[in-house]
Amino acid sequence: MTPAVIAFYAFAVTTIGGGLMTVVSRNPVHSVLWLILSFLSSAGLFVLLGAEFVAMLLIIVYVGAVAVLFLFVVMMLDVDFAELKAEMARYMPLALLIGVVLLMQLALAFGVWGFSEGVDTRIAQPIGDMENTKQLGILLYDQYFLLFQLAGLILLVAMIGAIVLTLRHRTDVKRQNIVDQIMRDPVQQMELKDVKPGQGL
Amino acid sequence: MLSQDLNTILPEIILSLYAMGALLAGVYTVKDKAAPLLVWLTSGLFVVVAFWIGTTGEGATAAFSGMFNDDAYSRFAKVAILLAAAAVLIMSQEYMAKRDLLRFEYPLLITLAVVGMMVMVSAGDLMSLYMGLELQSLALYVVASLRRDSVKSTEAGLKYFVLGALSSGLLLYGASLTYGFAGTTSFAGIIEATDGGVSLGLLFGLVFLSAGFAFKVSAAPFHMWTPDVYEGSPTPVTAFFATAPKLAAMALFARVVHDAFGNSISDWQQIVAFLSVVSMFLGAIAAIGQKDIKRLMAYSSIAHMGFALMGLAAGTALGVEAMLVYMGIYVAMNIGTFAFILSMEKDGMPVTNIDALNMYSKREPVKALAMLVLLFSLAGVPPMLGFFGKFYVLQAAYDAGLAWLAVAGVVASVIGAFYYLRIVFFMYFGVEQEDARLDSGTSPILWGFLVASAAVMVLGVVNLFGIEPLAEAASIALVN
Repeated sequence: MTPAVIAFYAFAVTTIGGGLMTVVSRNPVHSVLWLILSFLSSAGLFVLLGAEFVAMLLIIVYVGAVAVLFLFVVMMLDVDFAELKAEMARYMPLALLIGVVLLMQLALAFGVWGFSEGVDTRIAQPIGDMENTKQLGILLYDQYFLLFQLAGLILLVAMIGAIVLTLRHRTDVKRQNIVDQIMRDPVQQMELKDVKPGQGL
Repeated sequence: MLSQDLNTILPEIILSLYAMGALLAGVYTVKDKAAPLLVWLTSGLFVVVAFWIGTTGEGATAAFSGMFNDDAYSRFAKVAILLAAAAVLIMSQEYMAKRDLLRFEYPLLITLAVVGMMVMVSAGDLMSLYMGLELQSLALYVVASLRRDSVKSTEAGLKYFVLGALSSGLLLYGASLTYGFAGTTSFAGIIEATDGGVSLGLLFGLVFLSAGFAFKVSAAPFHMWTPDVYEGSPTPVTAFFATAPKLAAMALFARVVHDAFGNSISDWQQIVAFLSVVSMFLGAIAAIGQKDIKRLMAYSSIAHMGFALMGLAAGTALGVEAMLVYMGIYVAMNIGTFAFILSMEKDGMPVTNIDALNMYSKREPVKALAMLVLLFSLAGVPPMLGFFGKFYVLQAAYDAGLAWLAVAGVVASVIGAFYYLRIVFFMYFGVEQEDARLDSGTSPILWGFLVASAAVMVLGVVNLFGIEPLAEAASIALVN
């Protein structure tokens, strides 16, 4: 057993174990923490594959942003997970049945798996001897330029959608209007009243 | 190389830049007050771009190393999509403005959805296919829940989103299985890989892909979202759902099965034939009990998708041609029908219950007559254009040796005619209820679309407005 193989098994076991614990742990906060462990171990697997850029991306994006966001949501929203789980338990037998059937079908499919003829000529070839960050950049901004731009449009739609569906222009709150403040005329804002003694206004 | 590629996708670039520019302009100026202007501007741009694509494009060009195809087939679909979207946008303006729904983002989201559809019908690679599909779907999820204060609209958007995400997952899973087998995601590569027969793994991929597409075209048994989304969304949005996206998804389905799996027609033929039969019968039978005209139109669209899929199931160029003609007629019919539904109001509030149509002919003879023509056409009654659409797909299926499918189609069509004719019965012979009477008077725009659509259904009998040779050229470009 070379160190690489040992590392592979260590990462693989933690990934699967983390995934399992994400699903079965009772406390949702623990679930998210297990999920982070799972992400970290899969990042390790990517490093073993020689894809260090994807590994770092996984840590920065998934662990750094997505999982932390999950954690905030879980802590803030105070969803009653016990109730959700009870609801889930009712459908468990059916879900298990479907899961088993799907698993058997997939086993059937992968059992006779074979590549098509001449797959070597169609499969993507490495492009030169570079570190993979550079290779990804070349592919992304050159060959996959169209897809990259379309992905940008999709994100734009997501942003517009979030704003359209949630932003409300409230009229019942006082907002600072700097122009109004600057343009105030002191003469009109103040009125001097001559109050006669003993009478009030 | 890149400039040539960019030239090929120029229509998409122009529409995207317009959407972004108009968005900025809207945000920094008068916001929602600019919406009516933007609606007209967007529709005008759609029509101009459709005209431009339709008249200048020729030959077949592949851009971005085969990820994007510009050929007669994609041009036919693009022109139809753009015109349908323009028509629905114009129809929707008044309805949306009246109900305080006319946000300036609405026409721009529709524009981005249209860009997504244009990418879908031109896709030459599983990746560009997915990008186009997601761009389209995401914009549609948003417009479905545009009426954000209504529980039903929010439910429609959420349901559409969750089930749409599920179907995208199925589709992606199928795409990854296909990629695993073929070693490439480009359609040209996949068809090369299936030259020597299809392995079981690839068949799984094909099934998952088809399930994803069936969801997008709302073919049974993946139709569950349709009635709820149609009912809950604002009616103009429903009108949009029933036209352009259906056409785009159907065109995409045909492109994938012919461009990528053209060597294994017998494998997907049975899947498509199954979807077709189930959709036709479910659409015909489930619509019978519906009281809400929007739900009824949802089931009607499921049935119509079944007929369009019948053309696809033939697996021939004639079948694709029949499908394109059918979809063109379907879109034209739906625009008119939804113009009528949009005009159904009582005391200024929208009404969707079909009981309100009792003895409608007495008060609005012209509108009732136009609706009668459209309903006859939807049912496929002979002198109307809808009959010819059905005739084409039945003939294509019969010629391809699927006589049983054609017979099933005729039976389903007869069952389906019942609920269309029931509305006609209500309009002409129903029992009038005083309190359910609809407002009289229609906006000239809706009236125009309704009457024009009905006129098309009658006059189109002469030569189908010449779409037949165009559809033929398109289908030959796809199936060669």
